[in-house]
Amino acid sequence: MNIFDFAHAFFGDSANWQGYDGIPQRFLEHLQYSLLALAVAAAIGLPVGLLTGHTGRGGNALAFIANAARALPSFGLLVLVVLLIGFGLLPVMIPLVVLAVPPILVTTYEAVRTVDPSPVDAARGMGMPESRILFQVEVPVALPLILSGLRSAAIQIVSTATIAAYVSLGGLGRYIIDGLYQRDYEKVVGGATLVAFLALVTLVLFWAAGRFTVSPGVRRR
Amino acid sequence: MIRIESVTKRYPDGTMAVDRLSLEIPDRSITVLVGPSGCGKTTTLRMINRMVEPTEGTILLDGADIQRQPVTTLRRSMGYVIQNAGLFQHRTVVDNIATVPRMLGWGRQRARERAAELMERVGLDTALAKRYPYQLSGGQQQRVGVARALAADPPVLLMDEPFSAVDPVVRKGLQDELLRIQEELGKTIVFVTHDIDEAVKLGTMVAVLREGGRLAQYAPPAELLSDPADAFVEDFLGADRGIRGLSFLSTTALELTTDPVIPPDATAERIGAADAAHLLVTDGEGRPLGWSEPRRLTAGDIRPDRLLPYGRPFVPGVDSLRVALDCAVLSPTGWAVAVDDAGRVRGVVSQQTIGDAIRTAHQDGRTAHQDGRAGDEKVLG
Repeated sequence: MNIFDFAHAFFGDSANWQGYDGIPQRFLEHLQYSLLALAVAAAIGLPVGLLTGHTGRGGNALAFIANAARALPSFGLLVLVVLLIGFGLLPVMIPLVVLAVPPILVTTYEAVRTVDPSPVDAARGMGMPESRILFQVEVPVALPLILSGLRSAAIQIVSTATIAAYVSLGGLGRYIIDGLYQRDYEKVVGGATLVAFLALVTLVLFWAAGRFTVSPGVRRR
Repeated sequence: MIRIESVTKRYPDGTMAVDRLSLEIPDRSITVLVGPSGCGKTTTLRMINRMVEPTEGTILLDGADIQRQPVTTLRRSMGYVIQNAGLFQHRTVVDNIATVPRMLGWGRQRARERAAELMERVGLDTALAKRYPYQLSGGQQQRVGVARALAADPPVLLMDEPFSAVDPVVRKGLQDELLRIQEELGKTIVFVTHDIDEAVKLGTMVAVLREGGRLAQYAPPAELLSDPADAFVEDFLGADRGIRGLSFLSTTALELTTDPVIPPDATAERIGAADAAHLLVTDGEGRPLGWSEPRRLTAGDIRPDRLLPYGRPFVPGVDSLRVALDCAVLSPTGWAVAVDDAGRVRGVVSQQTIGDAIRTAHQDGRTAHQDGRAGDEKVLG
């Protein structure tokens, strides 16, 4: 049997589409974990990145911390957190957020910092307040890069959220972990396929977000 | 009036950007700050809208210390134009121009109408309104930059090397446009450049700064050219300041002669009577056709294709002595052709006569500005 047969068998089995272990349920759970983690990571990474990028200060320290965080293995961190605080949603969120903050923060910082200084100078010289300079002059131009940071964070979260299943939570990781444990390769392939599918959907969504939010003057077409 | 009083800018590392500079910048005129790089001209400009805060000294705007009002209020009362225009690339031309009016709380519609009006004012086709900056040429972008600075009708305009990033032809167009706009609007313009020709062309008053941010000379351009304060200014003005100074001398009083000018149907007698090495033949309307030696002309059979080219003519009273001299130098006969607005010959003038006129003008010290920029009170800092 090859991988396509596994996938075909998994998705063809109507039992896999129903109930608490059904595909819609697991997909939804996975989506929930991912969105929550992305929202928390963005809530940390975006403001810090925007502020440091605008002022140009603290960038080196940030890059150092972010790279250190990147070096942490998510699974190891999960085990550590579970040992410290026990099971639940929080120990899953911590490694996902730690994983997602660096790409968001570092790209946002770089995106804002590298905006052409002359429109910023012009804006300041015409009496624009700093907050307005950031949100109306720098961010619109930095947006494509900021979105790309969010996108790589989102993709990493989607693929890594499978670890939630290790600590008895749901999500698409259930299929992979249970499948490996039960030697049910249909399940493993099915779960992996669904994760890959969600990652692709994420890519498409970010592409669409870019189309709608980035000015044609910045996209240059 | 903007009064800069003994202003110093010293950076923490000890660099002296501006050193005890005092200047009085008259209203409704163009004051140019010029000098080599590192002379503090941009720093001085940026202290006027508090983009840079002085270490010592004060700057007064209409008698009030600029430190006394909120910095945003101050900046919104001054248009600011920078090199490369600094346009917002995510906004269309019309929205770029409408930035300050929108900040001041104007409605979108009114701000856009104002923007369209300004596009025409700075010589931009309103068809470009919905374009983005990347779709414009460098010159067009700079015009948008000027329009954006003028949008809220500020009394003061600060311009920091606005035309130095465009090619010479476009630059000349922008300079002429600025002079035209200034004639219409009468703003108080402070203009920074490193280009002395630009300074002489645009300035009502020119402040020459030297390294270390010290004032070398503050004078109207004609005075600068005829009477540089020291060797530094003289050197900065370049080798041909004498010739360039002729730009400020009028051709109104230039003595023209019509003796060597003959119509196409001149008689042999008329050709013989002229006491000149060359004769200028005109067409029936009086427009110049070309030069010829009298002996090569046959009455009744003057052939335009056998005449020497007359070069470029000048318009007395409009063009300066510099243009007249240039016409004479370029003419194959050494004589310049003077024409009226319609291109009809008013007379001709020799290099000799132009040379006499230059000497007389220098003796009289008459430095009449050619284009109405004269008459501003001379203010020394």
